[in-house]
This record gives sequence, C-alpha cells and structure tokens, in this order.
Amino acid sequence: MARNFFTVMRSSAPTRTASPASNQTPSGQVTAPPPNMKQDAAAGVGVHLDPNLEAVRHDFTEEVETALQLRNVSAFYGSFQAIDKMTMPIPRNRVTALIGPSGCGKSTLLRCFNRMNDLIPGARIEGEIEFEGRNLIDPNVDAVEVRRRIGMVFQKPNPFPKSIYENVAFGARINGYSGDMDRLVEDSLRRAALWDEVKDELDKSGLALSGGQQQRLCIARAIAVQPEIILMDEPASALDPVATLKIEDLMRELAEEYTIVVVTHNMQQAGRVSDYTAFLLAGEERVGRLVEFGPTQDIFTNPIDQRTEDYITGRYG
Amino acid sequence: MAARTPDGPQQDTVRSLLAELWRDRLQPSRSGSGRETPAGRLIHGALFVTATLSAFVTIGIVLVLIFETVEFFREVPFIDFFGSTKWSALFAEKQFGVWALVWGTGMIALIGLAVAIPLGLMAAVFLSEYSPPRLRAIVKPILEILAGVPTVVFGYFALLSISPVIRDIFGQDVGIYNALSAGIVVGLMIVPIIASLSEDAMRAVPRSLREGAYALGSTRMEVSLRVVLPAAFSGVVASIILAFSRAVGETMAVTIAGGGNPQFGVGPLEAVQTMTAMIVQLSLGDTPTTSIEFKVLFAVAMTLFVLTLGMNFIAQWVSHRFREEYE
Repeated sequence: MARNFFTVMRSSAPTRTASPASNQTPSGQVTAPPPNMKQDAAAGVGVHLDPNLEAVRHDFTEEVETALQLRNVSAFYGSFQAIDKMTMPIPRNRVTALIGPSGCGKSTLLRCFNRMNDLIPGARIEGEIEFEGRNLIDPNVDAVEVRRRIGMVFQKPNPFPKSIYENVAFGARINGYSGDMDRLVEDSLRRAALWDEVKDELDKSGLALSGGQQQRLCIARAIAVQPEIILMDEPASALDPVATLKIEDLMRELAEEYTIVVVTHNMQQAGRVSDYTAFLLAGEERVGRLVEFGPTQDIFTNPIDQRTEDYITGRYG
Repeated sequence: MAARTPDGPQQDTVRSLLAELWRDRLQPSRSGSGRETPAGRLIHGALFVTATLSAFVTIGIVLVLIFETVEFFREVPFIDFFGSTKWSALFAEKQFGVWALVWGTGMIALIGLAVAIPLGLMAAVFLSEYSPPRLRAIVKPILEILAGVPTVVFGYFALLSISPVIRDIFGQDVGIYNALSAGIVVGLMIVPIIASLSEDAMRAVPRSLREGAYALGSTRMEVSLRVVLPAAFSGVVASIILAFSRAVGETMAVTIAGGGNPQFGVGPLEAVQTMTAMIVQLSLGDTPTTSIEFKVLFAVAMTLFVLTLGMNFIAQWVSHRFREEYE
C-alpha cells in the first residue's frame, strides 16, 4: 500500500498540526513564479506541481497520508473536455473542499473519484487516480467495487422509496453484509446524527422525512457500506440554514473516521468545514483546471494565485 | 431641485389600472356566453357533445346490459346461472351454468399472464435499464406494433404454429384446439401492454435514485431489480392488471384456438370455451331476439363486464395503495 506523505515547508499551521516541519521540497519542483502569481506571496512559498499548468500547491506543516493521489486527471464528455490535467492529493481523514465558480469541473472531478461518470455515455477519464496502490480509473478496476469503497452523497437528497431501515440496510445487503443488520442500521443512523429523530419510526418511508433528515439518511446509507472515502456533491445546497449547519457539523465528525471530499459553492461553508481546499477555474474555453491547492486556512487567508484571491474575495460570480 | 413626492396623479392611475386588472382576474368570464359569437357557440356545443358522447354510449351499453340481463333472470333462476357448472345453451335441454365459461376464460387469461409477465417485465427492464437509446428507439415501436396485429392472425398462429408444438410435447391425443395454445397466444398478445407500460413506469423513476443505488456499489442488475422495479411497482402492477383485463376480454384468438367446448374443471390441454367465444357463437347464429339463447348472451356479457370492471377497480386500488412518491 502506497503511503504518500506531504512534505512541509511553510510555517502557517493548519488546525490539526501533527508533526514538526521537515524542511523538504516535494520532488524538488520549485520553479519560478508563474505570471499570475502574486509577487509578494511568491517569495519562496508556492510550489508548482507542474510549471506548465500554473497550478500552485501550498506546503504545509501537517504530515498526512493521502487517500487519493491524482496525477494529470482529465475528463471528457464526448469531444468536450471538462477538466484538464489535475494533479493533487486528497488527504486521508480530512475534509477537502473543491471550490470554484459554476462550470469549473468540481462535480465532474468528484464523480471521477467513484467512477460515476462511467454511467454517462461518452464520458471518459484520462490520467491516474491512485487509491490504495491502484489506479482506480483503470478500466480493469471494477467500478462497482470502487463505489463500495468510495461512497457518495448527492446535491439533492435521494432516499429510496423504502423504509428508513431499508434505506440504510440496502447497501449492506447488496454487498453481502452478514453481520447484525439491526446494529449496523442503528450505528449508521447514530453516526449520521439521525438515530434519535427516527428510532421509533424506522418502518416509515424515507421520503416522509424532512429535507435535512433525508440528507442525513443518505449519509447514513453511505456510511452503512463502510466506505473509506465519502464524496459529497453540494450536500447542503438544497437545505435550510439549520439543516445545513447540522450537515456541516456531521462532516467534521465524520472526518475522524472517513476521508471527505466536498464540492461546495458556499465559501463560508468551505471555510468552516474543510481542512484543505482546491480552487478550480475554467478559462474561456470552459475547461476546468486546478489553480491552487493547500490548507484551507492558507487558501483563504493567504492565496498565492491572484485568481484565487479574486474568487475568495467575491470578485467572481 | 425639489424632491418628487411619491404620490402623484401617475401613481393613482397605476393603482386604478392594477385594480382593474385584478377585478378581471378575480371574475373570469368563463361562462360569458353573452360575448360568444354564433360560430363560437357552435364549436362550444360540438366540443361538449364529443366530450360527453363516449360517456353516454358507455352508459347506454350498461343500461342495455342490465335491462336484458334482468329479462334473462325472469326466465331462468339465478341459481341455475351462478350455481351450476354445466353449459349447454344451444341444446334441447338447456343448462346455463356460467362457471363453465368462467373456467375457460380464467384459465386462458392466467396462462396468458404466466407467459406475458416474465416476458413483458424482462423486456421492460431491458428497454429501460440496459438497452442503448438507439436500440430502444427501434425495438419499442416494433413491440407496440405487435399490439396492432389483428387478433384473428394470432388465432391462426396458435392453431398452425403453437398447437403442433404442444402436441409434439404432450402427445398426439391432445386436440389441436386447447386452452394452453390459446393461452400462450393470448400471452403473446398482451406482452406489449406489460412491456410498454412497465417500461414507461420504470423510465419515470428519477435518475437520482439510480445514481444513489450505483453510488452504494450496486450492479446494474441490482439497480434494476431492487431499486427501479420496486419504485415503479404501482405502474407495473397496473400494467399487469390492464393486460389481464385485455386477456379476459380477448375474443377472436380464443374463439379460433380455444375449442368452443364449455367445460368446467378441465386441464389446460383440453378444449374450453371462454365467455367471449360463447358470445360470438350465440350472436353469429340466427338466434331470434326473443329467445332465451339471445338473452343469456347479455347475462354472460354482464358477468364479463362486472369482472373487468372489478379488475379495473383493483388496479386503481393497487396503484394507489402502493404508489411510491419519489419527489
């Protein structure tokens, strides 16, 4: 099993600093600042993943394993290229936010992680996403197995028209879970912070719940399969502020056991819940590219790329 | 420069205009026939007639059925009709045990369902979940054309193609006219109903449900059979019951292939007669309109009508009871 450790250069400490700094440059990729890098911030701080791509990676003091390692990931729908050569890590047991304006390829990228794009005729992925030593976008890797290990929560809550119990048990059943189903359901609902609200009405249809409860049911459903990574595609965008806050709290809790990748339009949300942030942007030709990746705190308080700063400060739509 | 006051003559005009508009909204002149031109009134009337015509025709048919059925039961006791299993309406010694006909109808319809449910549902699952859109665009219309083949053709198909196979399998002492042959061909006739309507119901299941199931590591088969099919359950059941009604009401194929021998309690390899086939037989001859043979025709038709009506009610109830609202 490949264990990649991020190396460390920068003094700014994210919230959960683990290990001391070990002044190393990752793969010796230090290059001259790109044209749109802010000059003051660039003084020996930013590290390019690939000089041609103009993507910036912050370095950070935290030593973290990677759950996923992307290398030159591109995605296409037919002849249209949606994302271009993205290279970045997804740190294990952390919340990583993918931010950027509409159409920058955030959701497409997220759906590459669990091969959901396979379901769209004409969709195609290139590059490498390393997951436990294997390239999960290799056609020889079973997409069904990938999706069992990497769960997903969607923008709009989509519980099955079945009872609450069956919603949670569904994934476990199809994956041949043979343990105590009642306990698994209870445990999953507890971890999704829904148990106390539904424990007396597990036979009720999942669709009878409120929007926020439905979304937590969907999270419980994803947890019940015992995945390693949970992908969330704007999980709170269809919810009211109170329900949103609950989902955000939940994400923070879940990050202790799972790796979470969340797509969000909401800057405050990204700031509140995520440990790491990737900023994606599509240019004139509408091809999404990674602009900057790093600890959320650094991205928000001290962005290196001018475009990131513009977006963070609200100068993009 | 002095500030303009918000209240002015302009404001008043706007306000009264809005009020005018609202009054129009609140009192829509739908029944305002006073404004209608003569041509408009004519069209209005014509539309009303066409809209109510079919309802009146149905009511008329039901009234005739009831009237003639009552006439029949004046001459033949109720118990002779519903309490007997012997039917010999055209013999000298007349017996009107309708169960002999119900048996034939029920057996053929059930054989038909046994053929059509697996075939129809598999076709629906394939078309909805597996087939590439292009293939579906070709296959589905062809399937629906199958429903447009004249039923007399199906009848001869049963006699000439299905019965010989049945005799090859079960022995040559099986008659060429038998319930199994008729049932199979009725099944083939109702496959398009089940396939087409079930496919519609399955395709109406939102994509988000499928994605949710895939994201949990489901295979296509699991998504189809454990998420989409249950979610479309009410539509599927409705299609099956509609197909059953169609099988019960099917006439020409079963008249040709069924054998025309009303027998109660016989097996599927025997000749039977359905209610519809009996009605054909009775109404084809030179049966006088005052005779009892003529009147029993209506009693049988009434039984058939009540049966299919009952099925429709059950279909309504089932699709309502098991409806799964997904949005």
